[in-house]
Formats: sequence, C-alpha cells, structure tokens
Amino acid sequence: MKTIQELEEIRKKTLEKISIRKDRKGTRVVVGMATCGIAAGARPVLLAFLEEVNKRGLKDVIVSQTGCIGVCEYEPIVEVYRPGEEKVTYVKMTPEKVARVVAEHLVNGKVVTEYTIGSYGK
Amino acid sequence: MREISLHILDVATNSIEAGASLIEIQVEEDTGSDLLWFTVKDNGKGMDKEFVKEVTNPFFTSRKSRKVGLGLSLLQAVCERCEGKLIIKSRLGTGTTVEATFRHSHIDRPPLGNIADTILGLILANPAVDFCYVHVYNGRKFHIDTREIKKVLRGVPIDSPDVAIWLRDYLRNGLKDISGGVKE
Repeated sequence: MKTIQELEEIRKKTLEKISIRKDRKGTRVVVGMATCGIAAGARPVLLAFLEEVNKRGLKDVIVSQTGCIGVCEYEPIVEVYRPGEEKVTYVKMTPEKVARVVAEHLVNGKVVTEYTIGSYGK
Repeated sequence: MREISLHILDVATNSIEAGASLIEIQVEEDTGSDLLWFTVKDNGKGMDKEFVKEVTNPFFTSRKSRKVGLGLSLLQAVCERCEGKLIIKSRLGTGTTVEATFRHSHIDRPPLGNIADTILGLILANPAVDFCYVHVYNGRKFHIDTREIKKVLRGVPIDSPDVAIWLRDYLRNGLKDISGGVKE
C-alpha cells in the first residue's frame, strides 16, 4: 500500500535531484479532451504521454488537456508546441503512436510526418 | 462512451473549461441498494437558469467549433436507460454540481471502467487545479485530495515524475483495496 510517508521521501529525493522545472517555457503537448476526444480514446493517449515523458525524464515538457480542437473525426488529436517552431497536429492517436512521437519528435526534434493531419488519408 | 469513468472525465473537463480551481468527484457503489451514483462538483463560473435548461439538449453547446454538444445529453440518455437520472444544479458565479444515478445491476449500465486513470489524467494534466476524489464501495471508502498532497510536497510540483508514479500506484492500489479486487 502506498502511503503519505512515502510521498515525503519522494519530496526530499526530488528536491535533491533537480532544480525542478523552473523553466516552464519548453515543449507543450496538448491532448484534445472534449466529448469527441474522450469517446475516441483520448484518455489512454494522455496517460501514455504522461508515462513516456516521465520515463524519459523530459523536464521541459508539459502535458496538458484542452477542449474540442474542431475536427472531431480525426480524434484523438494531439498538438505539439515547441518554442520557435510551428505547431504540429497529430491525428488518430493511439498509445502505440505516442511512444514514437515522444522518441522522435520530443527527444530528437524530428516530426513524425506520417501521423500528422497533413498526411492523413494520403 | 463505453465507461462511466469516461463520462466522469467528460463532466470534469467541463468544470476545467468553466475555470474551476477545485473539483470534487464522488463515486458510490452500493450493491445492497443496487445503486451506482456519482457527482462532480466544481467552483467554476456556473450557468444561469436558461443555460441549465438547455444543457442536455444535444443541439445546444457553448463551444464555437461545432453546433452540437453531446456530453451531457449522452450521459442523461445512459442514466435514464439504466433507471437512474441526471440532475444538474448550477449558480452563476458559484459553481455547478452534476449528479448521475444508475441502477447498479441494470443490464444496460456501462462498466465504471478505469476510474483510476480518469483521476490520474485529470490531476497530472491540470496541476493548478485541485481535485478531491472520494470512492465508496459497499461502505468501504477511498479518498485522495490534492490539497493534502500539495501540503506534503511543499512546493515540489504534483506532476513531477516520481510523484506521478506514486499517485498512479496510490490510486490503483487504493481502489483495488476497497473493491476487494473485483473487476467489472
């Protein structure tokens, strides 16, 4: 069973480890979580992003949720904002696709073109 | 929507859109009285009377990107199909409470589903919002309150990697404990 005492330990460890995320100006990953997104499977996609980003210790990446992005038929939709770059919109996302987006786009800066809205249906 | 926990995520997302700083979610399962019940209560901007009246109408929505709003209309349909109902109370400037009931054993009732992931996703994707979650299963209670957790963390972000893993396991284990590991 997880306890609050453990949380206290985690707090100490985290404080020692890092100058925690003072820089919040990094990459933003936004998952569309309106009714359309949720019904299409946005929750496992959001969770997969949170897990992957944590696993890799990407400290300058923020994962958050938003409402309807407007093209419900392409949900689950994920938008990636990186400073100084154009927004990238990924469509029909799945937890499996998330691992690749994190590894190639968030870590190495290379957009996974085949998952983007521009390539969809081609 | 295949799970009630996805409806809960949907309703709580409305609360976030309404600018809530505190969202209280309660789920109660009582097989003795054959009831499944949940509420989502927020301190967001609230709705006026006219808005509340229209809010379960699928052809009414506040969003600009579409002319339909299906979230609460779908939920209401599920409740009524399962001999329950949906009650929405709101006051402008004060907040909104959404309450949904279902007959627990009703053949059409969707499973509760992965409520742990609903709560975890909400907490981690909205670190500035506080969540209080209470789950009662046949009298056994689990609860988590991010205000208490933030007090322990004293400035360490609630979405830090190690805290996130702790939250995940705390939710999953806690919910398994009260339900005796019963999975729908």
